[in-house]
Amino acid sequence: MDNNLSFVRTEMLQGQTPPLGERGIVRWIRTNLFATPVDSALTIFAILLLIWFLPGLIKWLFINAVWSGPDRSVCSTVGQGGIQPEGWSGACWAYVNANFNQFMYGPYPMDQHWRVNLVAILFVLLLVPLLIPKAPFKVANAIVFFFIFPIIAFFLLVGGWFGLSYVETANWGGLLVTLTLSFVGIAVSLPLGIVLALGRRSKMPIIKMLCVIFIETIRGIPLITVLFMASYMLPLFLPPGVTFDKFLRALIGVALFASAYMAEVVRGGLQAIPKGQYEGAASLGLSYWQGTGLIILPQALKLVIPGIVNTFIGLFKDTSLVTVISMFDLLGTVKQHFSDANWISPQTPISGLIFAGFVFWIFCFGMSRYSIFMEKRLDTGHKR
Amino acid sequence: MASQDITPVGRSSAKASLLYDPKFRGYIFQTITVLVLTGLIYWIVHNTVANLQRAHLASGFGFLDGRSGFDISSSPFLRYTSDSTYITALWVGILNTLTVAVAGIITATMIGFIIGIGRLSHNWLIRKICTVYVEVFRNIPPLLVIFFWYLGVLSVLPQARQSITLPFGTYLNNRGFFFPAPVFADGAWLAGVGLIAGIVGALLVRRWATKRQMATGQQFPVGITSLGLIIGLPLLALAIKGFPLSFDYPVLGSFNLKGGALIGPEFMSLFLALSFYTGSFIAEIVRAGIRGVGKGQTEAANALGLRAGPTTRLVVVPQAMRIIIPPLTSQYLNLTKNSSLAVAVGYPDLVAVGGTILNQTGRSIEVVAIWMVVYLSISVLTSIFMNWFNAKMALVER
Repeated sequence: MDNNLSFVRTEMLQGQTPPLGERGIVRWIRTNLFATPVDSALTIFAILLLIWFLPGLIKWLFINAVWSGPDRSVCSTVGQGGIQPEGWSGACWAYVNANFNQFMYGPYPMDQHWRVNLVAILFVLLLVPLLIPKAPFKVANAIVFFFIFPIIAFFLLVGGWFGLSYVETANWGGLLVTLTLSFVGIAVSLPLGIVLALGRRSKMPIIKMLCVIFIETIRGIPLITVLFMASYMLPLFLPPGVTFDKFLRALIGVALFASAYMAEVVRGGLQAIPKGQYEGAASLGLSYWQGTGLIILPQALKLVIPGIVNTFIGLFKDTSLVTVISMFDLLGTVKQHFSDANWISPQTPISGLIFAGFVFWIFCFGMSRYSIFMEKRLDTGHKR
Repeated sequence: MASQDITPVGRSSAKASLLYDPKFRGYIFQTITVLVLTGLIYWIVHNTVANLQRAHLASGFGFLDGRSGFDISSSPFLRYTSDSTYITALWVGILNTLTVAVAGIITATMIGFIIGIGRLSHNWLIRKICTVYVEVFRNIPPLLVIFFWYLGVLSVLPQARQSITLPFGTYLNNRGFFFPAPVFADGAWLAGVGLIAGIVGALLVRRWATKRQMATGQQFPVGITSLGLIIGLPLLALAIKGFPLSFDYPVLGSFNLKGGALIGPEFMSLFLALSFYTGSFIAEIVRAGIRGVGKGQTEAANALGLRAGPTTRLVVVPQAMRIIIPPLTSQYLNLTKNSSLAVAVGYPDLVAVGGTILNQTGRSIEVVAIWMVVYLSISVLTSIFMNWFNAKMALVER
């Protein structure tokens, strides 16, 4: 037989490379930046905007910036009584550098800073394993973090026992106040919000009505009025002679405010749980609290993680409002030092605010990224 | 066997103690709550009365008719002097709150829609710029943004003598933004009538055009006609009366600008901060809304032969609006509530004016009550309006 099938190719032909415009960086630029005439115009506009904006910004932030110095002279031009040449403009990081301790601790006594640092180290050491899903001893860790750590932190920060000198809360300030307010606010508002949300869905009319009134009133008014209420009206409500720590009053205001918002977020999650889950829990013979705690809440809370974290972020940002009732959190301390005669210069306020904004941003951005990570990890594929 | 072991359910539950009856337990629990709450309220009222008596403070709203004795830096709508009453001062505050809230809502919505659509752009650069904007402004406190504009930008502007000259006879310096004030002479009221007639006319044209399109399928250029009516009619009215409108231009004097109208740095910083801050949240809402419209809708529109513009305008946006409106409402309310941060820069809004009154008279309960009533009313009114709007936009199903 003639087996000559020479017309069948024995080796494959090498594929031709696509034309230059269809591969590599050229293709990417073409499809992502210059796909249509409008796109091209937008790209050119954006590039022009960046060229106009970015170099000046980078120059101001880093190149012209002053990183250290003794006083305002390094951040002002000759005309303003400083050493910089006329027309100079740059960030005054020297101001942040010189007042860094103030921004972190406020007027907390210098020799007692180690107590704050110790609390901060404990906080990080307990929080990090709690956030890493694979770290062991989750339950023990959580109990220590939410119940034992606050007690230790309280005794360390306030003092007055075990030979530690007493530091009144009026002497707290800076990031210490911001973080304390946020931590306590978060730790109080989540459980309180869950209780309020359950109350709002309760079958008992009086409980339901009370929860609705509380939630809707708080949500309808600005936090500032709540803080004013806490600082001006709370003292009126108490028997004569009983005084309340100002810090504690702000803390109560912030926590109550956040819990109303938390309640609405949790209610959204509760509403999304199908009725069959409640019925399933009941048919297994679980009591209300067992069914809620073991069946409903784990599912409901998982659904609303983004909302819960958003409320946390909102709470964290809202702590800056205590400035208005003359308490000094990070923003308040930074602002307070603008009037420091040693550092008055045209560049001081904006540099200080950018620093404070950066600190707030890191915390909020971190929280939002972690919530996205957690959402993905807990996703059991039941979402539509 | 198993079936014989089952005891009748009815009998055992009839024997069950009343304590295990959920209904009965509910009553007990509610009664206890009411008793505790009544006790608490009684205790608070008792303490408050004792405290007020001890401090010789009167109560009641009678003080509102008294002379205020303080100045308010900005009162564009009401005549206010330090001889006015407290109640006038509060009205000035309420109007200032509403002014900054409405102005902020308009710009925040514009910023939000532009940035939100930009985040969905096919253009990589635009997408990234919009993402950076959203991630920056969403994650810093609004108060900080206000301070940024107030202390960082507006107060380091040059002094009046070296004002920055902007187009249309406007100036910018550390005292604020100066612009020509319109001066209405006799007969200018006709322009107002023209404006109202223009708006009514535009609405009528729109209604007629929809009806005609439904009947005949022919479209009518509603947008251009409406614009023509709304701008044209007032202009026509002015022309009839011989242009009774002039402008008072600010003039650069030796130390300050004279004439014109002024927007103070307090208002500007608050307005800019609220717009930029809320704009970032609205951008996310808009993005989620547009992405929430199924891909099939766009494909179906393309299959019908609609081009990109009409697809967005007629198919995607109306459906996206249904997703966008409810969260947008709460952002508007947030902006209104955040306008209370005015107190930090000294813009005389309701909270700032109320705070001054509180410090002067010590009537904390009354002032806080007024705050709560006003803000709650604003919230309720906005919700009612937005619910109406939402119902109008909602899906009409057969």
